[in-house]
Amino acid sequence: MAEFNKAENLGEWFDQRLNTKAFWKTMMSEYWIPKDINFLWAMGALLATLFGILLISGIFLLMYYKPDVNLAFDSVNYTIMQEVGYGWLFRHIHAVGASIVFLVIYIHMFTGIYYGSYKKGREMIWISGMIIFMTFSAEGFSGYMLPWGQMSYWAAYVITEIFGGIPFIGGDLVVWIRGNFYVSDATLTRFFMLHVLLLPLGILGAIVFHFYTLRFPHVNNQEGDFFDYEVESKKFLDGNKKESKVINFWPGFLSKDIMVINIFMIFFFYLVFYHYNFAMDPINFDKANGLKTPEHIYPEWYFLWSYEVLRGWFFSIAGISGKDLGLMAFAFANGIFLVMPWLDRSPTVAPANRRPYFKIWFWLLMLDLVILTIFGKLPPTGSNAWVGFFASASFLILFISLPFITNMEAKKAGGKQ
Amino acid sequence: MREFKILVVLFAIVGFTYYGIEPYAHHIMHPEPVEADFNFKDLKDIDSSLKGDAQNGKTLVEANCVACHSIESQGHMPLMDDATNAASYGVVPPDLSTAGNLYNKNYLANFIANPAKAMHLEHKYSETKPFPMPSYNWMTPKEIMDIVAYFESIKAKELTHKESFENACGRCHSMAYAGISAKTPGKVATSHFGSTPPDLSQYIKSRGEHYLHSFINDPQNLLKGTAMPRVGLTQETQEDVIAFMEETGDRKKDERNALGIWVILFFVLMSGLAIAWKREIWKDLH
Repeated sequence: MAEFNKAENLGEWFDQRLNTKAFWKTMMSEYWIPKDINFLWAMGALLATLFGILLISGIFLLMYYKPDVNLAFDSVNYTIMQEVGYGWLFRHIHAVGASIVFLVIYIHMFTGIYYGSYKKGREMIWISGMIIFMTFSAEGFSGYMLPWGQMSYWAAYVITEIFGGIPFIGGDLVVWIRGNFYVSDATLTRFFMLHVLLLPLGILGAIVFHFYTLRFPHVNNQEGDFFDYEVESKKFLDGNKKESKVINFWPGFLSKDIMVINIFMIFFFYLVFYHYNFAMDPINFDKANGLKTPEHIYPEWYFLWSYEVLRGWFFSIAGISGKDLGLMAFAFANGIFLVMPWLDRSPTVAPANRRPYFKIWFWLLMLDLVILTIFGKLPPTGSNAWVGFFASASFLILFISLPFITNMEAKKAGGKQ
Repeated sequence: MREFKILVVLFAIVGFTYYGIEPYAHHIMHPEPVEADFNFKDLKDIDSSLKGDAQNGKTLVEANCVACHSIESQGHMPLMDDATNAASYGVVPPDLSTAGNLYNKNYLANFIANPAKAMHLEHKYSETKPFPMPSYNWMTPKEIMDIVAYFESIKAKELTHKESFENACGRCHSMAYAGISAKTPGKVATSHFGSTPPDLSQYIKSRGEHYLHSFINDPQNLLKGTAMPRVGLTQETQEDVIAFMEETGDRKKDERNALGIWVILFFVLMSGLAIAWKREIWKDLH
């Protein structure tokens, strides 16, 4: 065993035992981040903050929530919202936080796509991020069921029904997921378990993994520059901070993150207190009723684009029913982002505005996603159905054409270089 | 400058999408409710120029109404308990002590003459299934106005929001979060109306004040064919009823509105500090 001298102070005491000084250096004060970044680079820290807010508010809600079809609705809307001191505040924070976290996830994700931050060694960053996104989606969906309102029930009904379209096993799979032939108490309790235990565990693990994947390829920068971190960090440590292309994670990078987070919180709490209906649909304040279908059923806003990809296929083509086509498109849409690093065939890492073809592709994708999101909520009747179909088809075409577009772009650039 | 441009693009995309999925989608899915009409213009004027004689009204009410209706404030107690009353009539007949508070005068006059018509419920009742209360259209306008004058003369000085709700809505609707159970048992109401009148605890949230104002004034406007009657509430009573729904369903509204400002101010202050700190740190980095 190593020899321990009497520690001079508390910091040294911990350092002797946990090597905290070296740990702090590795993780914080000498963990290097490029200097050439903008506020979009703060979305990661903002997401971590929002996850923390969701976790804490969720713990408070968990103390009073009752996962039982006869008790759930009143435990949320009466006990938590009216009886428990500031219960309403935790519920509002949790509901608005869950909705807004997806907005920030999307910003984070499309920042990555815009700047090409998934290529040349950064593949695992992208994939681990997509895993977080997928687990978060399941977390959002399972959580939305818990208040047991009309939209909780019918969204659960419609989404679980989707699995019925899988060939051969579909029918059995739906029963297996629901734990019953219809959405029932068994469904509520198992989604409760997923929401408060299994999925948060998975998310925590995936977040740690996501941080780890950043360590070796390093964070991308605004111009997609590759430089020697050894050289640049040495400049920084030698005091040439202004010339160095890097900053330290603490306090350099985090001081900017904390600034962005605080400004964002002004907006966030405005929503929490004064503008929360977008995250707490009025229809969900009617108790779940399996005999009364709401006039309009729609998922939360962050699922609308993929819901519309599913719904866009309303007629059969070549003997395949619209429902099956929609299901295939839906599966494609939910999986395709995962392989983004291999769909983009161009080796160039640069922001989209410096890539002649990819630039057009990117903004078309953004436009298509906005259209899908908006029409995913509107009733799919008349011309809306056709807009949905074309937007859904465009989504598929965009991704199928991406390898060809980026290949052409690479050849064009290759000629110049 | 570049960051500002990015922010503008971000706001544009998020703002446009928000507009599409919230205000625009709601506008498409839920057409604007019709403005409430507290004059009940579709009803004919029985004869509001007549000055009713409350004394004669009292005689008429005692001869025609109290066999079914109680008027507890005047000593006419209910003849049966609520359950028996409900079983006999389909719905517990209202106590008339507060009729002068709740209803618009001309509506009340029209109601006495032809209840189903005034309530916009003619589609629900017929010769074979008549409305429980007979039409008093054989009375002269003067007699009807005498009755209205009588109810006006005995009306309560002031009703609390809760009393307004209980008198106007509580015979059919429960309000569990306020501890109010409908006087008419749910099963009886269901068989009479064809559907169960819902508990209204969270209706201020699920329907919103704007919708409720139009709906209570005339349910047929927003829910064609519904068994819920146009109750004929005056504007004042209706506002009291909705205030009670809000006090019950959104009890923490004042606390929420008051606290929000302080939390937001806290983060304004924190942002100021964070900006200053970031500048301090980045002074050496730029």
